[in-house]
Amino acid sequence: MQRVIELVRKEFRQLRRDRQMMPMMLVAPVIQLIVFAFAISTDIRNLPVAVCDMDRTASSRDLIRELTSSEYFRLIGRFDRHGDADRWLDEGRASVIIIVPRGFERDLKSGDTADLQVLLDGSDPNTATVAMSYLSRLIQSRSVRILSDRSIRSGRVAASSPSITAETRTWYNPTLASALFMVPGAMCVIIGMSATIATALAIVREREIGTMEQLIVTPLQSWELMLGKTLPYLAVGMVNMAAILIANALIFHVPVRGSLTLLLALGGVFLIASLYLGLLISTLSRTQQQAMLTAFFFLMPNFLLSGFMFPIANMPQVLQWATTLLPLRYFLVMVRGIFLKGSGFSEMTDQFWPLTIITVAIGVVAVSRFQKRLD
Amino acid sequence: MMPPAIACVDLVRRFGTFTAVDRITLQAHVGSVFGFLGPNGSGKSTTIRMLCGLLAPTSGQAIVDGIDVARDPESVKRRIGYMSQKFSLYEDLTVRENLEFYGGIYGIGRRGRRARIDETLERTDLTDNPDTLVRELSVGVRQRLALGGALLHRPRILFLDEPTSGVDPISRRRFWSLIHELTAEGATILVTTHYMDEAEQCDRIALIRSGKLVADGSPADLKRELMPWPILSIDCANPFEALDIIARTPGVRDAALYGVHIHAVVEDTAVADALRTALEASGHAVYRIEGVAATLEDVFVAAAEGDADA
Repeated sequence: MQRVIELVRKEFRQLRRDRQMMPMMLVAPVIQLIVFAFAISTDIRNLPVAVCDMDRTASSRDLIRELTSSEYFRLIGRFDRHGDADRWLDEGRASVIIIVPRGFERDLKSGDTADLQVLLDGSDPNTATVAMSYLSRLIQSRSVRILSDRSIRSGRVAASSPSITAETRTWYNPTLASALFMVPGAMCVIIGMSATIATALAIVREREIGTMEQLIVTPLQSWELMLGKTLPYLAVGMVNMAAILIANALIFHVPVRGSLTLLLALGGVFLIASLYLGLLISTLSRTQQQAMLTAFFFLMPNFLLSGFMFPIANMPQVLQWATTLLPLRYFLVMVRGIFLKGSGFSEMTDQFWPLTIITVAIGVVAVSRFQKRLD
Repeated sequence: MMPPAIACVDLVRRFGTFTAVDRITLQAHVGSVFGFLGPNGSGKSTTIRMLCGLLAPTSGQAIVDGIDVARDPESVKRRIGYMSQKFSLYEDLTVRENLEFYGGIYGIGRRGRRARIDETLERTDLTDNPDTLVRELSVGVRQRLALGGALLHRPRILFLDEPTSGVDPISRRRFWSLIHELTAEGATILVTTHYMDEAEQCDRIALIRSGKLVADGSPADLKRELMPWPILSIDCANPFEALDIIARTPGVRDAALYGVHIHAVVEDTAVADALRTALEASGHAVYRIEGVAATLEDVFVAAAEGDADA
């Protein structure tokens, strides 16, 4: 154990002296968090809308005013000929086109169904979907109002047209603000990624400059070497996590509804998985450059398949199976649970045990490969 | 008789189809300096790496301080110091921090360590800059520090792989006086070098080429065995052109430039007269011809080339 302490002390000395590594490890995670949370936003705001009002009546003007006065949409122009819609969308000036056909008011007054055409720029499906749902919500509420107005005026009760209304309510994140979703996820991704890369580089660097060979001729045991090279990065990872939590409290105010202790403890387990992955990568690389590329090879799928950005349920079955191997997948669910739902440990055993098993599995492979490399 | 400090018995190491070390057998006695000579890539470092337990032999045995390295590498590691060909201390730590780290790794207690480090700094002449970052040190100083790191735990056996390459002559001399000091205290040192003056200072030398042991013995033995022919040193005008004439003279086995002189390996010193006549006939003034003792360089070149012809 004495030797492990010496190694850890040495590692911290080197870290402290490295003018690039230190800020890289402490400041970069916070910057990354800010970028993730602000840039990868699924909220829509001020989406440009162009309108073609061919009816030119009080009803059509009312409708357009109502649709474009919300904070989601911004009216940027009008045009008269139906055929011009193509141009607005093609040139990317408008993301949404609303066309009110001639006879809109007449249909409404006569009690027929009035038509309305909406064109959406689907080149960004996410935005288009969100815009569509906002629009239909607005239109829905408007038609309900028209119906009730009409029944009042005609003196009949609207109950003559029975209907089922679904009252949807979104729990945990009622306004669907993306920061609530992004911040916990970004924290998981960032601490995992930096722990993996830092560990892999720290080991490969020793091999590259030749000090690894010098260490191997000493009585240092391989488990001591491994502990000595990973413990410092476990500590750095925990500091990263704390820094991100503080940044969240100051900037994003995403509440931590569950136990902070549980969050940190699970973070420790996940960091160990990430360190082992770094160790494994170090056994596959001879130079720091190779280590970096190998790390990306392992981390990219993590990014895309873990459920950080895209829901796992929407993936093809084969990919869904593949995701069961990613530690990040389980950690994400637990962290989001603690943050937003206030989940306790008893609600997470389905995530915790797979994470633990995978951590041990990566550990076994990494440690045995590491020992073999030393011979 | 004491068992040898270092021994290789039919040591072989293959990398795929390439045989880096081919049945090498040698012994280094306790308290001696054992020189390991050979061209680059001849298998010197591979042999040392097997002796240090860094590399497993394909076959044969490496025995250090009576212990089979393959069987008990951990005990061997405690007894040896190793200085690799490539400088391998931490450049972003200071001299003292490096020694503290290695002292800790070798399990030297906190209290004893300070004294041991001071003693090592003294020994390796590093007392001037214990708090300098290693990256700022010159090659000579770095090599002394690397030796210091290898000495810290007072190993009985030291492996030094080209410790003086790139080091200036004065630092080299200092380095070697330290080596002699250590052997006087009973340490055994196996050292590789390309410098013939250093090879002359070894108690025993092994010459290896393409992984095979070519010769093994004291410098004097090697000169006698490998250089049975007398050598004439010729000092004449235009040695460049003269070299050709000398090489063609009957009775000359080989001729090479040696500084401003020419060394000719001859079958008999009587060839000197024929050489003088031939040189003067072609217009080269001859200032002096005399018999000289073979140097190790003569031996080394002859052994390397002789083998190449075979």
